[in-house]
This record gives sequence, structure tokens and C-alpha cells, in this order.
Amino acid sequence: MSRRVVITGAGTVNALGGDVASTLDAMRTGRGAIGAIDLPDRDRLSIRIGAQVPNWDAAARFDLRSLALYDRCTQFALTAAREAVASAGLTGPLGPRAGVIMGTAAGGIQTWEDNYRAVFQDGKSRVHPLTVPKLMSNAAAAHLAMAYGLTGPALTVATACAASNHAIGLAFQMVRAGMADVMLTGGAEAMLCFGGIKAWEGLRVLSPDGCRPFSRSRNGMVMGEGAGVFVLEARDHALARGAEILAEVAGFAMTADASDIVMPSQDGAERAMAGALKDAGLSPQDVGYINAHGTGTAANDRTETAAIRKVFGAHADLLAVSSTKAMHGHLIGATGAVELLAVILALRDGVLAPTINHDGGDADCDLDVVPNVARQADVTAAVSNAFAFGGMNAVLVLTRAG
Amino acid sequence: MDITTKVIDILAAQALRDPASIGVHDTLATLGLDSLGLVEVIFALEEAFDIAIPFNANDPGDTGFDISSVAGLIGAVEGLLGQKAA
Repeated sequence: MSRRVVITGAGTVNALGGDVASTLDAMRTGRGAIGAIDLPDRDRLSIRIGAQVPNWDAAARFDLRSLALYDRCTQFALTAAREAVASAGLTGPLGPRAGVIMGTAAGGIQTWEDNYRAVFQDGKSRVHPLTVPKLMSNAAAAHLAMAYGLTGPALTVATACAASNHAIGLAFQMVRAGMADVMLTGGAEAMLCFGGIKAWEGLRVLSPDGCRPFSRSRNGMVMGEGAGVFVLEARDHALARGAEILAEVAGFAMTADASDIVMPSQDGAERAMAGALKDAGLSPQDVGYINAHGTGTAANDRTETAAIRKVFGAHADLLAVSSTKAMHGHLIGATGAVELLAVILALRDGVLAPTINHDGGDADCDLDVVPNVARQADVTAAVSNAFAFGGMNAVLVLTRAG
Repeated sequence: MDITTKVIDILAAQALRDPASIGVHDTLATLGLDSLGLVEVIFALEEAFDIAIPFNANDPGDTGFDISSVAGLIGAVEGLLGQKAA
């Protein structure tokens, strides 16, 4: 069984906006959301910028009993899922032919942090009884399943910065194979907390002053947070109920570098992109836009550029490649989900989201990165890259609805 | 323990070498230390001397110190300890 798979719903919360419309509006206008972070003990951090979800008032969004179970990561996931399911025109319970696959890197890290602080620093001898179900990495997927009565396949994948792309790719494969008709999928991450930043700080790859992908002046990544959730659906199922189709998921491939734990490999990235195109039955010349992994680190941007040149050949100079991380930051395990919105923007609305903060000058990053200003383009096929620590690569290919 | 001995001990522990086999003219390359090894060395130096070395792996040349050699690392530590004392 091989069915066509489409996206019929989308939802998000991230630093650019609390929903899809405001996020796409920021991408159209090239508005960045990276700024000074506001959290306790900020003065003990050496990196003090990030793309924080502003004014997040959990108590106003969820009742007190639920909050005992919802880490910030789950709160983001549920908020994005509500928008995605509503925009798809679906209501739960969706039953055994529906499921959920979410990506995350750090899961309920804020909950780990709060409870370690309680026992190690504050000298408490017990923690809240619901600490385990609140911090577990599959909590967001579980709460999505409960909220919408998804009783088919449900799981979480944790492949660091590629987690969302792996999740969406697996959900795509399941619907294509006939294992489910509807899958909620995407990623959620809330690692922009004191301990999360401290850990990244230690690796010395964060920029102290901004995210400038593909520019010579780039000096590292900037962390973000939030969630993106999509409704993937068998195309015939969507057409039968008259659903609006945002885009089609056409191909997916994943590879492992199996070389270095942090340094990216050009070969692994190449094989993932080439594999996803082959899976979609497309040739490189069909692709008009690539949403790059584009972290703004010295190593990623150089390696990714070389890999794109190798896979796309002369066509690499005819397509647009942008990194929207300069706007919404690196959402780690949720990043591919938020970046998929830029792919939908290109396919559905014909707008290429820009790489902001671009000041160029790097001969090793010489693709058309849509510098600083969005522009119109007629794109029928697009690629979304995610290359994770651990050398785990996941690439999606989407096509315009039709 | 003087600064040179302490720096060499830290490098020796990372490089899995006998400290006596390491001289000030060694480089990270001759010690077989890669970028992750360097990040660990810098962390160990910061902890041992209670200093903050302004190192960004994206731009290793931008610390204001020569961190590519043993002599350079010793100089960096001495400089930062001097700043702290001043």
C-alpha cells in the first residue's frame, strides 16, 4: 500500500508568534525574535541571548491540576496541537486510525531542573509525586493522544536537532504505508532554561551576540524554544472530507554520519538529501527552495553548503536556500517543525523566507540565501534539512498541493 | 605548583600522555587533541585557575590568546590571572 500524504493542519508557538499566522507574518517581513533572555540567575550565564517565547502565562492557559503534569515543553506542544487540529477541521476523538509522533531533544528539562534544585540546593527530601510523568520525553505525545483520542501509533523520537524531521518523516511513512489515516506530528522543546543554556554554553558553540547563518561574521547558534505540530493525512482521506491541503509530503530520508559526535559530515548530509529526493521521485532540478539547517555555526553552514552543491550540481545556483533560525533561533528538537512552516510559506504562498542578519563575505557559503528580505518565487518542490549532533540526518521533501 | 606544571598536567590528562613527555613547544596537534579535547582542556583550565577563557569554537582565533600551543595556553592563563589580580 502506498498512499499520497498531505498536510491539512498546522499549529505553532515560538518566539516569532503564538500561532501560524503571526509566525508566517514575521517570516514574510523578516522580523527576528532573538533578544536578551529573561530568566532567574541570568547573571550567572555567559550567554544571555535567545529566542524566548514572550510573556508565556501557563496559569492563564491551563488549569492548575493539568499544570502539575505539563512541563513547559508539553504546554507548547498542546498549544500548537490545538491550533493544528482546529485548522484541519478535525475534532477528537480521532480513534485507532489516528496517532502521534513528536520530536524533542530535552523533553521536560525544566522539570528535571526544578526538582534537582529542590533536592540538591534547597535541601528538600521529596519532590512532587507527578515528577516522572511530567518530565518524561514522551509526555507531550501522550497528552496529545489523550486530548484528541489518538489511539493508533504514538511515540516520541529524540534525535537532538533532527528530532522534528525524524518525527514528521516517520509519521509520513506510516500514513503512506496505510498504518494510519491521520497523524499529529512535529516537535516541542523548552531547553531555553538555566540548565539547558549552561549545558550548551559549555560546548562553546553558542553565539554571544546573534545568529548570522552563512555570513563570514557568524559565530555560533542561538537557542530558541516552542513547538510546531502538523496534521498529516492520507490525501484520499483529506479529499473525501473536503479538507484544505497546505502542502504534500513527498519524500523523506534519514542517514547516519557514523563518524563524529558533534562535527557534521558532508557525506551524511548529501546522502540524506539525495535519498529524500529519490523517495519523492523528484530530480534536483525540480527543487526551488531549501530550508537549510543553517545553524550559524562555522562548521554546519560550510558543510551544508558543500553538500547542497554536491547534490544539486549546477542547479544549486538556481535555487534559494534560507535559514530561518536567524529569526526564531534554534529550537533544537522542535526546530524542523517550525521550519516546515517556512516550507509551506514557499509552496502555498510563493514567499521565500529570508536569512536575516546576513552580511555575506564567506566564499564557502555562496548560495542564494535570500539575504535579509523575503521575496516571491514560484516553488513547486522544497526540501527541509535537519542535521543533528550524533550525526543523525533527516531530510523532508514537500510539494505544492495539487 | 607553578602555572606551567599545572597547565601541562591538565593537557597530559586530556591527551593521555605522561606530563614529562610534554614540552612548551608542543601544539594541540602534536598532542593529538581535537576540537572536543580543546573544549575540555579549556574547561579544566577555567576550573583549575578560576578564570574565564573567552573561547568560541566557531572562531577559535578570536580569544585574543594563542591557544594552539602549550606555550600559548600558559600565556593565556598567566594573562587572565594577571587581569584577575589587577
